[in-house]
Amino acid sequence: MSALEVRHVDGGAAAARKPLRVDPARDAGHADPPPRMGFFTDTSICIGCKACEVACKEWNGVPEDGLDFKAMSFDNTGGLDSESWRHVAFVEQERPLPLRHPDLGPGTEAEGAPEIRWLMASDVCKHCTHAACLDVCPTGALFRTEYGTVVVQEDVCNGCGYCVPACPYGVIGRREADGLAHKCTLCYDRIGDGLEPACAKACPTDSIQFGELAQLRARAAGRVEELHAAGVADARLYGADPDDGVGGDGAFFLLLDEPEVYGLPPDPVVTTRDLPRMWRHAALAGAALLAGVTATFAGRRPA
Amino acid sequence: MSAQRERLPAGIASGPAARSDGGPPAPDVAAGDPSRDSYYGRPVLNAPVWTADIPAYFFLGGLAGGSSVLAAGAHATRRPLLARRAKLGALGAIAASLGLLIHDLGRPARFLNMLRVLKPSSPMSVGTWILTAYVPAAGVAAASDVTGLLPGLGGAATGGAALLGPAVATYTAALIADTAVPAWHDGHRELPFVFAGSAASAAAGLGLLAAPTREAGPARRLATLGALAELAASQRLEQRVGAVVSGAYREGVPGRLMTLSKALTAAGALGALGPGRRSRRAAAASGAALLAASACTRFAIFHAGMASARDPRHTVLPQRERLGR
Repeated sequence: MSALEVRHVDGGAAAARKPLRVDPARDAGHADPPPRMGFFTDTSICIGCKACEVACKEWNGVPEDGLDFKAMSFDNTGGLDSESWRHVAFVEQERPLPLRHPDLGPGTEAEGAPEIRWLMASDVCKHCTHAACLDVCPTGALFRTEYGTVVVQEDVCNGCGYCVPACPYGVIGRREADGLAHKCTLCYDRIGDGLEPACAKACPTDSIQFGELAQLRARAAGRVEELHAAGVADARLYGADPDDGVGGDGAFFLLLDEPEVYGLPPDPVVTTRDLPRMWRHAALAGAALLAGVTATFAGRRPA
Repeated sequence: MSAQRERLPAGIASGPAARSDGGPPAPDVAAGDPSRDSYYGRPVLNAPVWTADIPAYFFLGGLAGGSSVLAAGAHATRRPLLARRAKLGALGAIAASLGLLIHDLGRPARFLNMLRVLKPSSPMSVGTWILTAYVPAAGVAAASDVTGLLPGLGGAATGGAALLGPAVATYTAALIADTAVPAWHDGHRELPFVFAGSAASAAAGLGLLAAPTREAGPARRLATLGALAELAASQRLEQRVGAVVSGAYREGVPGRLMTLSKALTAAGALGALGPGRRSRRAAAASGAALLAASACTRFAIFHAGMASARDPRHTVLPQRERLGR
């Protein structure tokens, strides 16, 4: 049975039970790192309150970036960037609700009106095992912390902007006001003191769970099985497979629909995976240029 | 009624229209369903924050790198005017491009932070070090030629700049390919050859503009070679990236720039081969056409990447296909 088939059957629960073979903190040179920390965002219990967005802005001093009406359901944030490190997505779909509480009785909708399913999900930096933003950063401003997370050092960043298109999830952005790259730090300044990140602390339903990544993944696998048993066949994990294109995410999700419905890429790949081939082709092309120009001097000299 | 279906940003395929009675729209498989393919038609990626500085730099870097090779050939085969003007052109182009690179930073005052580290995983870091070696070589080569001082050192610098020039011209292709932007990343095999061809065209253009016809033979031949390489590599690039993503190179502003580039390249190369052999004026016109063509190619590729980053279908559809969904 292929990896893809397994994912369809069990919603990624088996992938989440795979051992974490790569320790990005150790790979980055941390001698004896603490356990890798991360987020498990269980969107099946998100209520769309946006407390995570507010708490993140408050704690991290992230500036306000316009109070806009975007006509996207209750989403007035739009997506992740330098000014939004948490983003709650709202998706309205016409389809029967799978989780109707038995005490609620029959639906209250008018006769013939469609049932609306409302998907809500709090998105965040994935803190990839293989992080493209970190790989391409030319100054070393982006670095891997001892917790396996990815953080920008503001005093080193020179605002080249390379990390922005490198991210396969569209997370990091460059702030207009200071010209520097900014994104979620997984509250690096809190977790070192034994505190949980501001968004997880503020989440009233525990949709955002912070903890040791290995434990979160085991818990997530159990949650998917629980939902499948309850009849929510669409429940699946996203970013929990250590064999995916980014080596698995430090912040992963339980989704109730395909990733692209939430604005997430279905099969993200760290761009630097192909970098050796890019260098080979650039070297070949450079050699061809050298040889080509040289060849134009063959033959007769000017009179 | 779903807000998602009604309020899509302009320019995104809006899919089946909502029925006036508020019921579900009729399925239209061919048009796709934006609410299934994306989140309100919004991009998955954050588009590059780079401005026109960057494609201008790609053009000038290619011009400089190609010209340094041409200058070394002219130097070695005793074509003094072609050599001097190609060296000066290379120095001028690279000096201007350094200015553009620094100007494009969010914090230009921290430019030197680039030299804190050498990261092979970052083409921008590697490129900065290539430039750090190339710029002094191009400078010494031009200064020695103009002043006649230290001819030995000048010759060595000319050779050094010629060896580093191709790297200056092609590393930028690895730089943009090493992103998540589908039009760039998916063309990572072909982009370096497009850039090399474009650099050859630009250097040939400068040679035709600057050197007298009796010394411009190599520039005329390079015009043909560069044109063929650039046209062939761009063709392969558009095929490689696949049906959905190749739209970025065919539609809108980048599509028009690409067409213009091809026309100018063909005109420049044919002009150089024909009337450019005898007429100084025709050679200069051909040279100008080739320089313009090279610039158009870089701007086309840049804008294709911007369009590709902003279109969620470019990110989602090829990935979905990869998963077999």
